[in-house]
Amino acid sequence: MTSQALLDDGWELVVGLEVHVELQTNTKMWCGCSTVFGDEPNTNVCEVCTGQPGALPVANEQAVRDAILLGLALQGRIAERCRFHRKNYFYPDLAKNYQISQYDTPLVTDGELVVEVTGDDGGVERRRVGIERLHMEEDTGKSLHVGDTGRLHGADRSLIDYNRCGIPLLEVVSHPDIRDPETAQAYLRELQAVVVATGVSDARMEEGSIRCDANVSVRRVGEELGTRTEIKNLNSVRSLGRAVRYEAQRQLAVIQDGGVIRMETRHWDESRGVTEVLRVKESVTDYRYFPDPDLVEVLSPPQRVEEIARRLPELPAATRARLTGLGVPREQAAVLVANAAVPVFDEAVAAGAEATAAANWLAGDVVGQLAAEDLSLAASGLTGAHLAELTRLIDDGTLSNTLAKEALAGVIASRGASSPAAVAAERGLEQVSDVGELQRIVDDVVAANPDTVAAIRSGNDKAIGALVGQVMKATKGQADPRKTNELLRTAIHG
Amino acid sequence: MSDLTNRTAAELADDLASGEVTSREVVDAYLARIAAVDGVDADGDVWPAKPAAALRSDEPHAYLAVTAAAARAHADDVDARRAAGAPLGPLAGVPVAVKDILTTRGVATTCGSRMLEGWLPPYDATVTRQLAAADLVVLGKTNMDEFAMGSSTESSAFGPTRNPWDLDRVPGGSSGGSAAAVAARLAPLAIGTDTGGSIRQPAAFTGLVGAKPTYGTVSRYGLVAFASSLDQAGPFARTVEDAARLHTVIAGHDPRDSTSVDAPLPDLTARLEDGVDGMRLGVIRELAGDGVDAGVGAVLREALERLAGLGAEIVDVSLPHAGYALPAYYLIAPSEASSNLARFDGVRYGNRVDAASAEEMNAATREAGFGAEVKRRIMIGTHALSSGYYDAYYLQASKVRTLIAADFRTAFDDVDALISPTAPSVAFRLGENVDDPLAMYLNDVATVPASLAGIPAISVPAGVADDGAGGRLPVGVQVMAPLLGDDVMYRVARALEAATAFDPTPRGARAVAVGEVTR
Repeated sequence: MTSQALLDDGWELVVGLEVHVELQTNTKMWCGCSTVFGDEPNTNVCEVCTGQPGALPVANEQAVRDAILLGLALQGRIAERCRFHRKNYFYPDLAKNYQISQYDTPLVTDGELVVEVTGDDGGVERRRVGIERLHMEEDTGKSLHVGDTGRLHGADRSLIDYNRCGIPLLEVVSHPDIRDPETAQAYLRELQAVVVATGVSDARMEEGSIRCDANVSVRRVGEELGTRTEIKNLNSVRSLGRAVRYEAQRQLAVIQDGGVIRMETRHWDESRGVTEVLRVKESVTDYRYFPDPDLVEVLSPPQRVEEIARRLPELPAATRARLTGLGVPREQAAVLVANAAVPVFDEAVAAGAEATAAANWLAGDVVGQLAAEDLSLAASGLTGAHLAELTRLIDDGTLSNTLAKEALAGVIASRGASSPAAVAAERGLEQVSDVGELQRIVDDVVAANPDTVAAIRSGNDKAIGALVGQVMKATKGQADPRKTNELLRTAIHG
Repeated sequence: MSDLTNRTAAELADDLASGEVTSREVVDAYLARIAAVDGVDADGDVWPAKPAAALRSDEPHAYLAVTAAAARAHADDVDARRAAGAPLGPLAGVPVAVKDILTTRGVATTCGSRMLEGWLPPYDATVTRQLAAADLVVLGKTNMDEFAMGSSTESSAFGPTRNPWDLDRVPGGSSGGSAAAVAARLAPLAIGTDTGGSIRQPAAFTGLVGAKPTYGTVSRYGLVAFASSLDQAGPFARTVEDAARLHTVIAGHDPRDSTSVDAPLPDLTARLEDGVDGMRLGVIRELAGDGVDAGVGAVLREALERLAGLGAEIVDVSLPHAGYALPAYYLIAPSEASSNLARFDGVRYGNRVDAASAEEMNAATREAGFGAEVKRRIMIGTHALSSGYYDAYYLQASKVRTLIAADFRTAFDDVDALISPTAPSVAFRLGENVDDPLAMYLNDVATVPASLAGIPAISVPAGVADDGAGGRLPVGVQVMAPLLGDDVMYRVARALEAATAFDPTPRGARAVAVGEVTR
C-alpha cells in the first residue's frame, strides 16, 4: 500500500534488519558477573569481562539454551556443533580488543517470521520474512565522552563503563525480504513479541535490551539489489519506520539526480528526521576472524534440542489466534501479546472473568497505566485473580466503571498487595446500593424537581438523566446507576 | 645450612616431614643464596629485584621479583601448622619459583615486558592457587622472554638471564629465569610455561628435567596468553621424581578454563620406577639426523644404547609431516598472539603513553611498550589472519597441525613413547642469534611437533657435550608420550635418568658455584 506511495512506479525498496537481543541471564556470557541494568559504573566487573591478562572465558550454559530456544521459536535449524570466533578490532570499550562472536558456524540458520500488516483493502495480510542466521556474541562496554559534543570526536576525555561488557547478545539477521516500512516495523514488533514470549529478554528498546539496525537499498523492480546503506540509532519501532521511509526516498533522489549510492553507515537523527553519514565503508573492515582457541565447540545434539523445545511457550501468532477465537478483538489481542499480558489474561479467565472484559481492561487501562509509570506487568503485582475480582465487582454492581478504574490504580499502587475489593473498601469506593438509603435520596430528588418529573411523565424520557445526575451528585458518584434509574422510574411512574 | 640448597625437593620434603629442618630454615637458606648469587637484597623492594643498571655479567639474573617477606611468612605458617599436627601436602614448605607469566594477586606480573610494568594483578592464576593450596612457598617471579616469545630469555625487557653452566651463554627460553633459578640452586623447583618448547629447551640447556604436560591437563587460567591453543605450564626440577611431584600439584580440571580436560589423570609417580623393560621406544627419524650438532647426536645415541640395555626395544619411526611443524607453529602461534596481545592498549592497565586520541594513545603505547620480537610476531600473525591470506597461512597451518597429530597417533599405535634430541645444539652464546630470528626459531624444531599435537613431552639430562672452548655443557633428550600418557613419559624419563651418569654440577670458569652436591 504505502510502498507504492513511497517510491515512484517501477522502483522497489529492499530492507534487511539486524537485531541484537540482550539476553536476561543472571550472569554474563563468559563470567559470573551480574547483568543488572543501571548499576553504578564498573561495579559488575571482574578480571574476565575487563580483559585482564590471563583471564579466560567460559560459555554461559543458560545463554546457549536461551539462544536455542529463540532459534526454535523462529523456526530455525540448530547447528549440532558450532564454535566461537574472535572478531578483532580496536575500541576502548571492547576490553580484549576482540569480540567473541560467531562467524561461519552460527548456532541457528534458516529461520523465519510471519508478520501481519494491514493490506490495501484494510484487511490483514501475512508476510514471511526469512531469517538468515542467529548467532551468539558478547556486548561491549559503554563509552561516555566528556566534552562539548558528547561524541568521541572533539571530546576532552572518555570514560568507560564495563558493566555491559560481556552481557550475552544474540544477533538475528533477516534476509533482505522486506519491501516496505510497515513490514519492517511489523517484523521488529513481532520479533520483540517472540523474544518476550520465550522469556529470554524483556526486549525493551529504550533500555537497549533489543537494538535494531536497518540495511536499506532501492532498485528497479526485477533488477539486481542496489547498494545498501546501514542505518543506526533506531530507538523505537516508530524511528525504524520513519528512517526507512526517509532513506528510501533519499536514495531514489540521489539516483534520479544521476548520483550513486555509497556503501556507508548512516546515523538516524530522530529530531530532524534525517539520516547522516557516520562512516564510509570504503573497504570492508578486516576483522581477521579466527576460531577462539580459549573456547570449545558448542554441542547441541538432537536430544538436547528436543529437551529445550519442550520449554517452547505458545508463540505470539498462536496466542493471537486463540484470543480472537475467544472474542477478543484482533488489535487488543496484539496489545496483550506485545505487553506480555497473556498469562494474566489467561489467569483472569480461569478465575471466572469474561474474556472480552479481561482483555478490554488489560489492553486499555492496565497497559496505559503501566506505560505512564514505566512499569512492567510483572512488577505491578497485578494478577489474573485481581482482574477477575474487578470484573465481578462491576458485574454485581458494587463498582461503576469509573470507580473500578480507581480500584485498579489502587491495586497497582500497592504493587498487588491489596485486592480490588480491599482498595474499594479502604477508600470507600463501593456504590450506594443500599436500597433504603438510595430510596431516601431518590425521594428527595423527585420532591425537589416537580417540573422535570412532570416532563418525564408527559413522555420526555431523556429528562430522567438530569435526575440521575442529581442522585449521583448527592452520593458523590457512588450510587449504582442501574439501581438509581430503576428507583427513579418507580417513584415517577408509580 | 648451605647444603639445604643442594637437596632435591623430595629430600627436603622428607626432612621437613621428619622435623630435621623447618620450612623457614629452607626458605632463609634460599633467600641467602639468592642474595649471594643473583645479587638481590632479599629484604629490599619486591620489584624490580634488580634494576637494569645494576645487572652484572657474573650473576644469572634468574629473578625479576623476590617475594621474601611473603615467603618467610608462608614458611612460618606452614611450620606452625606442622607443629600443630595439621594435615599438610607432600611438598608443604618446599620453596618454588614461578615464571613471571602466571598472575600473582597483588604481586607484579610483567611477562618480561615494559607493557606490564607496574601492573598488580587483581587475581591469582589457578596454578598460583594450587601451589598455595599445596603449601609450596613461592620465592619470587622469574625472568622470561617478553611474553614468552623467544628461545634465549634475551628478549626480556628487563635484561637477559645467563646460563649457570656458563654465564656467557643463554639459559634457553622463554622460561630461562625458571631454568636458571633451579640450575643455580636459587630454588629447588620452578614453574615454567611451554608453548613451543619454552620449558624443554631451557631444561636441556641447563641440565634440568623440564616437562610440558598434556595440553589441557594444567589450567591456563591466569597464564597470560601467548598462543592459547599451545600454552601449558609445567615443572622444572633437578630430578625426574621432583618434576613429577610438582607436576602432580598443578594438574587437574579447572572449570574456569574451557579447554581444561575433565577426565581422570594418571598417577605420575606410582610406576615411576617400573623401568622400560619390554617397552617399544621410537626414535623419530626426521628429528634425529640433519641439523643436529655432533655432540648432541652422540649423547642421543648413547642414551638409546642405555635404554636398549634396560630391555627397551628401540625402533626407527617416521613422522612424515614433522618437517612442516616449525613453519606451521610459526604461523599458528603468532596468529593467536596477534589477537591475545591486542588487549595491551594502555586503556585499563600497564603502561600508557598519552596522546590526543584513543587511537593514537593505543599506537604510541604499543610502540613504546612492546619489544622488537613481540612486534615481529604480532605483524606475522596479523598478516596470517588477514582476509585473502588466511586460507594460505593460518588455515593451511591448522591443517598441517591436524596431520602432525595424526602422525603421532599412528606412531603411538606402534610404540609406547618417542625419543628425540630436545634441542639441536647445546646452549649458545648471548647475542649469538639475536639478529637472526630464523636461527633462533630453529631451536624449536624438535619441540614444536609435540606442542602442535598437544602430547606430553619432557627433557631429561642425558650427558654433556663439548662447548667448543674446552668446557662441557649439558645435553637433553626429549621423551614424548601419547595424549594423557604423562605417566608413561615420566617412567621412561626416570629409567633414562637412572641409567645416566650425569653430573648435575655446573663446572667451568664461567659457571655459578653450587658447592657440594648430594646426589
